[in-house]
Amino acid sequence: MENGGFWIYLLIMAGSTYLIRAIPFAVIRKKIKNRFIRSFLYYIPYTVLTAMTFPAALYATDSVLGAAAGLCAAVILAFRKKSLIVVAAAACAAVLIVEGAVSFIR
Amino acid sequence: MKPGGSFLRGLRAGIPIGLGYLSVSFTFGIMAVSYGFKWWQAVVISMATVTSAGQLSGIGLMVNPGLYLEMLVSQLVINVRYSFMSISLSQKTEKKFSGIWRWLLGFFITDEIFAVASTEKSVSRSFFAGLAVIPYIGWTFGTAAGALLGNILPDFVMSALCIAIYGMFVAIVVPPVRRERSLLLSVGTALALSCAFYYIPGISKLSSGLAVSICAVAAAVVGALVFPVHDEGEDQ
Repeated sequence: MENGGFWIYLLIMAGSTYLIRAIPFAVIRKKIKNRFIRSFLYYIPYTVLTAMTFPAALYATDSVLGAAAGLCAAVILAFRKKSLIVVAAAACAAVLIVEGAVSFIR
Repeated sequence: MKPGGSFLRGLRAGIPIGLGYLSVSFTFGIMAVSYGFKWWQAVVISMATVTSAGQLSGIGLMVNPGLYLEMLVSQLVINVRYSFMSISLSQKTEKKFSGIWRWLLGFFITDEIFAVASTEKSVSRSFFAGLAVIPYIGWTFGTAAGALLGNILPDFVMSALCIAIYGMFVAIVVPPVRRERSLLLSVGTALALSCAFYYIPGISKLSSGLAVSICAVAAAVVGALVFPVHDEGEDQ
């Protein structure tokens, strides 16, 4: 894409992303005492990741069936406390196997 | 702990994130080139932004000229979750992790780096710095590799790689939910709301970034109301 617009867009995108991360991190120094806010902050990372994953992940690959298999594999291995990379790799492998099998049958 | 010990520990903790990022940013590199970006533009975007969802929506807008306000608003909405993470992280940092270090290292607060950092009892600046290194390298090189040689991979391999980032999310969420039943309520609420926003006609028109933010905030509020965390000091 042409260069002028690219750099303006980049500045907006990178600048806003940086500031939204850095300002709260740098400005809030004190321990938050309010129990409700502390509870909210405890839950938010997990709710963010969950909302990002479901149901979007079902449509991330070529077929819903393959993605569902990948997610099942991930949940089972994560439940057994396998590491991030093992879980991610198993999810990919499950998608490969199921989508491969489906296209083979067809 | 010996000097550098926690930096190295952070470095090691970042390896799985970096590997996961390699595959995700690889996909981003391919998409960016298919949108008409040059390979180095894709790499510059990744190095300056380091955010999967924001970058994906960003390149979608950038192909049109002059949508600067739309870019700003959509980035803020998609990325507002980072400020929640930043606040959460600001509560767990060691004393030395302050001032300029927060301005510098705050750049690297991503979903996964945050998730791993928050498993620490107290986050030291050297641990966090170490933790950021390999994911950043992975994110950068993955983008370059995808942009330069993405079309070498057959389609079915690309399809499978697209699930990697979600597998990583699952691996972060499931173990603590297993340990603490109180998390099940908020995670379950997030799941139900997110599906509602996706499938119910009308509200499914909402941008996915905004939908994620609304679901996450509502579910965390439910969790905080029903199962407030313990008082200061007796925090797990």
